[in-house]
Amino acid sequence: MRNTFAEVLYELAKDDPRIHIVVADISPAGSMGKFREEFPERFINVGVAEQAMIGICAGLALKGMRPFAYTIATFALYRPFEMVRDDLGYQNLPVTVVGIGGGVIYSTLGGTHYAQEDIAVAGAIPNMSIIAPCDPVEATEATRWLVAREGGGPVYFRFGKAGEPTLTGPDSDRWEFGKLRYLRRGEDVAVLSYGVITKMAAEVADALTADGNSVSLAVCHTLKPLDTAGIADLLRRHKRVIVVEEHAPQGGLAPQTKQIAWDIRAECDLHTFTLKDEFVHCYGSHEDILAAHGLSVERILATVRG
Amino acid sequence: MTATPGHNSFDPAASRKRCMQYRRRILDISQHVSALHAAGAFSCMELTDTCYHGLMRPDGQDTFLMSKGHGCMAQYVILEDRGVLDRKHLDDYCTAHGILGAHPDYGNPGIEASTGSLGHGMAMAVGMAIAERNKAGGSADAGAIYCVLSDGEVQEGSTWEAFMMASTLGLTNLVALIDNNDFQSLGRTSETHPSFYPLDEKLEAFGWETAIVNGHDAKAVYDAVAARKGGKPFCLIGRTTKGKGVSYMENVPIWHYRSPNPEEYAQALAELKEIAS
Repeated sequence: MRNTFAEVLYELAKDDPRIHIVVADISPAGSMGKFREEFPERFINVGVAEQAMIGICAGLALKGMRPFAYTIATFALYRPFEMVRDDLGYQNLPVTVVGIGGGVIYSTLGGTHYAQEDIAVAGAIPNMSIIAPCDPVEATEATRWLVAREGGGPVYFRFGKAGEPTLTGPDSDRWEFGKLRYLRRGEDVAVLSYGVITKMAAEVADALTADGNSVSLAVCHTLKPLDTAGIADLLRRHKRVIVVEEHAPQGGLAPQTKQIAWDIRAECDLHTFTLKDEFVHCYGSHEDILAAHGLSVERILATVRG
Repeated sequence: MTATPGHNSFDPAASRKRCMQYRRRILDISQHVSALHAAGAFSCMELTDTCYHGLMRPDGQDTFLMSKGHGCMAQYVILEDRGVLDRKHLDDYCTAHGILGAHPDYGNPGIEASTGSLGHGMAMAVGMAIAERNKAGGSADAGAIYCVLSDGEVQEGSTWEAFMMASTLGLTNLVALIDNNDFQSLGRTSETHPSFYPLDEKLEAFGWETAIVNGHDAKAVYDAVAARKGGKPFCLIGRTTKGKGVSYMENVPIWHYRSPNPEEYAQALAELKEIAS
C-alpha cells in the first residue's frame, strides 16, 4: 500500500509542482526514492523531528503547496499532536498526514508503535478528514483525489504497510470520497469494515456465504466525514450487520454505526468487533496481536452464528 | 539568495515616531479590554516596525509571521496604520462582533498564520521559506520570511527542530528576530534558566548567522539584517525590555496580561516619548 502511494505520488508530482513530501527519517525505498532523486527540492527529510515535519507542511500549504507528511502513524499523529491540531486543523490547510502502520500492524514492535486509537484522536479535530484505504487500489484512488481536490482541509491518511492483497475489483462500487462502497452485494447479512482488516471481514463474508446467506461486503474508507446516510441505508437493508474494525472501541466506526442505528431505530441485529481498550503485551504476527484483542475470523463467526 | 532589504529609505527618526504612536494606540485599546499583552507588544514594537517599514519589500512578496502570537497588538497597530486593518477592526478587538482576538488568526487581513501556542511559528516559517524558494526556482528573488519569536518560545524543542532544518536546507530567505526581553511568566530567564544563554552561540552551532543588537534601536536592527554576510538563515537577537516605554510596566511580570486602569493609563500616556537609540 505504501509503495503504491509513493508510485502514484511520484507520477502526479511530474506535472504538479505543488506536491511536496516531508518525511521524518523514513527509508525512501522504491518510488519514494525516485521522488527524492528527481525532485530533491520537494523531498524534505526532517530527521527525527515530527513537530517540525507538521509545522513545515503547514508553512508549505500556507504558501499554496500540497504537502504530504509521511511517517509511522504514531509519530505522524501523536507525537506532534498539537501541531496537527493548531497548524493543520485550526488553519484548515490541505495537508495530508500519512500514518503508516495504522492499527496494530507493527505487531512485534509493541505498544509504542500501535496506532490503535488514531481514528478517535484525528477525528476529534475540527476540519480533519480521515481516509483509511483497504487495499492498494483504494490507496491509489484516494491519493489521486487528495492531489486533485481544489481546496479542503487536512486529511489523516491511515495506511497499512506493504504487501496488502487487492480486495476491490471491477464489481466494486466506484471509490468516492465520503461514500461507503459495496465490494459485493447481498440481502441478508452485511459485513462492514475499512482499512487492512477488511481482509478478515472478507473472510467472514465468504464463510457466511458458504453457510447459505446472501452477504454484502462494504467498506467505509472515509471515516470522517462519515457516510451517515450510506450506513443508515445498509442498516435498513440487512437483517444482520457485522462491523469489523482494527481500532479501539471508542471513537471509531463501530460506535458511530451503533449511534446511527439508534437514531434511525434500526431493526437489524448489530454485532461490532473492535480492538480492546487495552495495551496488549504480545509480540507475534499481525494476526497474533489481533487475536489477542479478540479479533479473528473464528471468533467472529462463533459469535455471529450463535 | 539572500533576504536583502528591498529599499534603503528606512528612516530611524520616522520609526521612532511611529513606534511611540503605536504604543499610544495600544494603550487606547487597553481601556476597552482586560487582556491585552501590552508588555509583550511593547517589547517587540521596534522589531516588528523594522520588518514592515524597512526590511520587507514594498510589493508584497515577503512575509511576516508573528510566532510570539501574544505580541500581535504590535502587528495589529501596524496593519491598521498601513490600511490592511480598519480602525473598526481594532476598536472591536476581543469583542463578539469583532474579528481580532488576542492571538493572530489566519484568514484575517494581513495575518499569514495562526499562532498563540508557542513553538509553532519557526517550523511554519521554514515551510514558507521552502515554498518561496521553490516557487522562485531557487533564484535570489525568492520571497523572504521574517519571523518574530519570543525568547520564551525558544525553549520549545519544536523551535530547535525547525532551527536545525532551516540551516540544513540552506534557507537564506529566512530571518528570525528574537524578542529577547529575558522575561517569562515566572521571572527573569537569566535567573530561572541561566543555561538558556548564550543564545547566539547556540544558534551559530545550529548553522545560523546571528547578530545581537539593542532591539529598541530600529536602525541597529535594520543595519544588522542588511549587513548580514548571507549564505545561511539569519537570526537577529534583539535585547529588549518587556513593557518598554512605560516605567511601571517595564520588567514587571503582571503586565504580561494586565491592562492599565484610568490613572495608570494617564500616567503611561504622559510618560510615552520617542525611544532614543
